[in-house]
Amino acid sequence: MISFENSRAIRQRQDYAETIARERIRPQARYYDEYDHEHELPWDFVNFMWQVARKDLESLHPGKSFPDEPFMLLIHVNEMIAWGDIGFYMCLPWPALGGSAIKATGTEEQKEHLKEKFQADSPTWTSMALTESHCGSDSSAIRTTAVRDGDSWVLNGEKLFVTTAKTSMLDSDGLMVVWATTDPSKRASAIKPFLVDAKNPGVKITKLEKKLGLRASDTAVVILEDCRIPLKNILGGMESTGFKGAMATFDAARPSVAAAGLGVARATLDLLKEHLDLNGIRIRYGVPRNLLTSIERDIIDMEAQLRAAWLLVVRAAWLIDRHRPNTIESSMCKVKAGEVVTKITQKGVELMGPLGYSRRLLFEKWMRDGKIIDVFEGTGQINRLVIARRILGYSSRELK
Amino acid sequence: MYSFEPTEEQKIIISAARKLALKEFRDRMRDADETGRHHPSWVEAGWELGLLPASIPERYGGFGDHSAMTWVLAAEELAWGDMTAALVLTAPNLVALPILYCGTEEQKTEFLPVYCTDRYAHGSAALMEPHFGFNPYELKTTAHRNNGSYVLTGLKCNVPFAAESEWLLVYASLDGQSQAFLVSKDSPGLSIGEREPNMGINALPLYSVELKECSIPATQRLGGDAGCDFALLHNSSRVALSALAVGVARAAYEYALEYAKQRKAFGEAIAQRQSIAFTLAEMAIEIDAARMLVWEAAWRLDQGRDATKEAQYAMNFTGDMALMVADRAVQILGGYGYVRDHPVELWLRNARGCGVLEGIAIV
Repeated sequence: MISFENSRAIRQRQDYAETIARERIRPQARYYDEYDHEHELPWDFVNFMWQVARKDLESLHPGKSFPDEPFMLLIHVNEMIAWGDIGFYMCLPWPALGGSAIKATGTEEQKEHLKEKFQADSPTWTSMALTESHCGSDSSAIRTTAVRDGDSWVLNGEKLFVTTAKTSMLDSDGLMVVWATTDPSKRASAIKPFLVDAKNPGVKITKLEKKLGLRASDTAVVILEDCRIPLKNILGGMESTGFKGAMATFDAARPSVAAAGLGVARATLDLLKEHLDLNGIRIRYGVPRNLLTSIERDIIDMEAQLRAAWLLVVRAAWLIDRHRPNTIESSMCKVKAGEVVTKITQKGVELMGPLGYSRRLLFEKWMRDGKIIDVFEGTGQINRLVIARRILGYSSRELK
Repeated sequence: MYSFEPTEEQKIIISAARKLALKEFRDRMRDADETGRHHPSWVEAGWELGLLPASIPERYGGFGDHSAMTWVLAAEELAWGDMTAALVLTAPNLVALPILYCGTEEQKTEFLPVYCTDRYAHGSAALMEPHFGFNPYELKTTAHRNNGSYVLTGLKCNVPFAAESEWLLVYASLDGQSQAFLVSKDSPGLSIGEREPNMGINALPLYSVELKECSIPATQRLGGDAGCDFALLHNSSRVALSALAVGVARAAYEYALEYAKQRKAFGEAIAQRQSIAFTLAEMAIEIDAARMLVWEAAWRLDQGRDATKEAQYAMNFTGDMALMVADRAVQILGGYGYVRDHPVELWLRNARGCGVLEGIAIV
């Protein structure tokens, strides 16, 4: 039976996340965005999340799992934390993309290793190193090598745009999932993920990117120089599903970041409506569209777009929780969310005029932050390609 | 808990509606559009689905309970076959469902059994008015109480089956509030005008209707003295149109997709070019997104919750979406899209109606 009623258990955790977002995140959002404070970690928030909140928000805790609908809980928490601030969301000490890859494709020992890391006393992060300077979307073209040498793998190469690389490797005793090719003459089939511990020699963080937004979160260049790791650190063991595993990880990551993006869009709309309210502007619903004022039309259309995008995210989460195929639905919600958050945040600046453009308020920040949703975890174009191939029944050769 | 899974019963209805749409609607829609006449099988075979009797409780002659969700699921399939056929087949809803939602016991007992026989019975409702700035909440057609009667005056347009129906549900402003009145075709002061010429949905007979001091017994006000919840009916109507929009869009999308796979240019299918492939991907995303909004609004109607916002979201979104999808379908077919040998130009004309034609369908 079709239903749009969220479960009570999720709503309760959502309320809790809202309190955190309102009280511990939003008031600090501006500080960590300013150039002077870029790459500073909001440690009070991070410690609070690690020591207190994540126990109650099971979605962030690898040891706990919300029984029936873990992913549905996750998207609701993500959306709410990002409503507070998406930079803070990016700083959450939780398994994140690297952790999902380990959970999805790791051996029992590797999963246990991840769990131990996240039971430590101090906050821990995982990161994922895939992109290189010459390839982003075309990740099967990576050149970082993994050469077997006795009981070890030796990794060499340079990785770009590694989210929380610094926090996982330098600020904590975390983990990095590094993608490398075991045979540069082959493409996708030779690409495998490897686990690199924080203390492992041969990992250098050489540059922290200065970004348009998400400035609380570090995005780094990582150089692997004769980085020697144990043989067993190939993710998923010697029979690793490798590249396909990475793609499966993205299926789940896409709704997750789409949800966060829509948190930013909702933050914009909420504040916009607060300002309209203060100025005595009321939005009329039920009236034919051609009779609405321009501002009513904008607001209602943005609300409709936001709701539609959100429901696509909810649908993808619903499929993931039921272990049903969700590639196309996950890509769809990611495309839609990227587009919606971009448009809503840009419109927010327009409607607020000089106040929207000012760094005294958060509208301009949300516009800068929101843009990332259409860029990372597969650009809007790559996700369109994923969808197009599926609906047309085309291989990657037939539709390039 | 959220769920996106229709019930088993709904799945059976979806599949039956799709079969009907394919067998009876698709091949006949072009001829119907050209001649302006719907095919008799649309109502004959269509009525066998039993959708309306299945929405009416046993005590009024039906065999089920009303569900806006079931209706939108069926409506999408029917409109996927042909939007006009869907409007023809569901026109009886225009009288039956407002009575079911808001009618007095007497009105239910009198009118609902008419729609529970094994033969299609016409239904008609008059909401739209032919002037700029038409607003369902500020109707120019007025009703005023005169002893035991209501007297209606005004001009209506796009009234489906006005000439064929025994009863019209006429919406008019009573003391500034939109209300509905059951007007018999024979009422003095009621005159049915010419067929309305429109851009699309040509096979649905739409008429202009004029009411000149048309007097009806007070008992024929929908809901009696208490009146009706107009917003509920209006929302339900918007949800219906939205569901039809999703169906039309899906038809256009599927057709364009197949065409793009067949059509060769520069040595390969045009669908193998990203400009076409991405266009199709975006169409698919928007259709799915729109459907979510329609479902949520229908779900709220079934929950008895206010659906004003959700119905507006659905109406705005699906109206834009259907137009965008149908337009792109024409674009993908190029010159073939513009000629009437292919159905996409028809879908474009019909799709434009979705965000505009308030009150010609209801779930």
